[in-house]
Amino acid sequence: MKYIDEFRDGELAKGLAVAIAQAADPARRYHFMEFCGGHTHAISRYGVTDLLPPNVRMIHGPGCPVCVLPIGRIDMAIRLALEAGVTLCTYGDTLRVPASDGLSLLKAKARGGDIRMVYSSADAVSIAQQNPEKQVVFFAIGFETTTPPTAVAIKQAQALGLKNFSVLCCHVLTPAAITNILESPEVRQWGTVPLDGFIGPAHVSTVIGSRPYEFFAEEFRKPVVIAGFEPLDVMQAVLMLIKQVNEGRAVVENEFSRAVTRDGNIKAQNLVSEIFELRQSFEWRGLNEVPYSALRIRKEFAEFDAERRFDIPYKTVPDNKACECGAILRGVKRPQDCKIFGTVCTPENPVGSCMVSSEGACAAHYTFGRFKDIAVVSE
Amino acid sequence: MTEIRKGYVRPLDLKHGCVDMSHGSGGRAMAQLIEELFAKHLGNEYLAQGNDGAVMPMPPGRLVMATDSHVVSPLFFPGGDIGCLSVHGTINDIAVMGATPLYLAAGFILEEGFPLADLARLVESMAHAAKEAGVPIVTGDTKVVEAGKGDGVFITTTGVGVVADGEDFSGARARPGDRIIVSGSIGDHGMAIMAQRESLGFSAPIVSDTAALHGLIAAMRKSGAAIHVLRDPTRGGVATTLNEIARQSGVGMMLQEAALPVNPEVAAACEFLGLDPLYVANEGKLLAIVAAQDCAVLLATMQAHPLGLRSSVIGTVQEDPHYFVQMTTGFGGRRIVDWLTGEQLPRIC
Repeated sequence: MKYIDEFRDGELAKGLAVAIAQAADPARRYHFMEFCGGHTHAISRYGVTDLLPPNVRMIHGPGCPVCVLPIGRIDMAIRLALEAGVTLCTYGDTLRVPASDGLSLLKAKARGGDIRMVYSSADAVSIAQQNPEKQVVFFAIGFETTTPPTAVAIKQAQALGLKNFSVLCCHVLTPAAITNILESPEVRQWGTVPLDGFIGPAHVSTVIGSRPYEFFAEEFRKPVVIAGFEPLDVMQAVLMLIKQVNEGRAVVENEFSRAVTRDGNIKAQNLVSEIFELRQSFEWRGLNEVPYSALRIRKEFAEFDAERRFDIPYKTVPDNKACECGAILRGVKRPQDCKIFGTVCTPENPVGSCMVSSEGACAAHYTFGRFKDIAVVSE
Repeated sequence: MTEIRKGYVRPLDLKHGCVDMSHGSGGRAMAQLIEELFAKHLGNEYLAQGNDGAVMPMPPGRLVMATDSHVVSPLFFPGGDIGCLSVHGTINDIAVMGATPLYLAAGFILEEGFPLADLARLVESMAHAAKEAGVPIVTGDTKVVEAGKGDGVFITTTGVGVVADGEDFSGARARPGDRIIVSGSIGDHGMAIMAQRESLGFSAPIVSDTAALHGLIAAMRKSGAAIHVLRDPTRGGVATTLNEIARQSGVGMMLQEAALPVNPEVAAACEFLGLDPLYVANEGKLLAIVAAQDCAVLLATMQAHPLGLRSSVIGTVQEDPHYFVQMTTGFGGRRIVDWLTGEQLPRIC
């Protein structure tokens, strides 16, 4: 595949691995968080960590949209399908996330809920068009990448005069989550989570640009390198971060210059702000309530807001006590530090959300990398 | 004795007619459907016996039996349809046991309202596939369910074959050091179906690989190579099949990503949807695990057969107490190639 294989070239990777090994100071350790699940997935799927020296450790961040979705939000979607009898359209990842009462959207579907997997928000609009007698709700999740398509769907529904389409908006914001991690006592006060820099999001940054990260670099003295989702992008970003750390710099650098500009996609930003506004607070799995970290639909578009159209109040549901997803999402623990990882909690029967999506830290480690833990034990 | 005049029977309307409940009731309508459609296309001496079962001669050897239900949607797809697929699927299940497939039985569950024209196309396709493979459909059954209780048509085929004494292709025979060969490009069937499904709304020129593999397998057996395991990687793809073999045999495996044959359009469609071709279904490919010293002979034999032109060695069997199937990625790292979890779901970001 042209323009993709070039970024997965094994020979170039070898060269970069040598450059990283030379740049890394053997006297110190480097801890970098890749914020995005897309990076987590690429690192695990291509075995990137095998090409990094042992003193460079990657910490998986909370940038997996499915993983940070709190149980209460899935419960709302399930109630919409089972109690309000709507046709619920959702992205595939969300189907298997465990919710209350042993349910998930997939299980709710088996119980008779009309739950359909869609590939884009536009498909949900088409379903609403084709089924005028049904109420159709699009379960909108994700970071800034998936927000503009939801905005487009709402605009489309408005233009078509659809009275049976609405959106359960659960869109969240990347910068708020990064701030939350950097301000957490583990990083700032106690220093129990060493964090030397961030690999910044790829797709999110194409929308919001690189400017929003400048604050983190300056305020928290952490280097940020925005990188694409291909494995060579990740390696290049690691090299750039090591150099910044070595030189005592903390600035935003853009490795993903083929798609990301400083200002981002202004058109998409304007569309999003036309339709959405900030929520005062939103619950994240792992990070709890985070102020101004999510979006809701503006009053002007209230008729498309499922939370206003249907009576489904939000209820916080605590995670399973043994599940360490919260700590894992903040970088405090690794998947293999969780007692139920790979025993009670597996991709077939996920207890926590990190085990669900292939972008989740636990699922990625279980599916692609768990043989490494065992090798360490048996040696 | 007065001669009874034969009543006029209006022939089946194969252009505009539909399956209705009477076609499954056991009465005249069903007899007519069988006669004018099934018997006409599938006709052979055993089916012509017209009994509830068929009586056939059996060559010496041990009996192998396999069954496979087909519920594919859409019913027609580039490269095939549910009809030929149902013939190929069961023939392959028998053939990978090292057996010569002999006879097939077919059970149809038809949905009320299903166009007879489509049914005729499917039966013709089955007849063609069975004839090409030299494996007759000797008996069958038809049921009709009410509209909304089926999905057009479901077909179950059962087959029997014979395997000579001494031939043993169990999945438990993979040994450390063995080589793993795949008979061609992977993921074609699954992606052909995916691309056709309405909700995707994109059209890639991907053609299903559905084919009967017993000819290729016969050539492989004749080569004299010490084949330890044969499997057709259908649902769950190559990854799932290799994990099954690894567990059955109590071994691990190491694959080379760079050696996996994947058609560029399949790779692109997988990339687009966030899928992995290793987990996508095949219907005309096989995996062979062979003793290292016979690998070259077997590979050459397979590559000389029209259904194995792109055969390649994709990995080796190794000792591993955890039965992991691992892979050296094209990028130079290592990863597990795990069992498929649930359904392969696309990633969103």
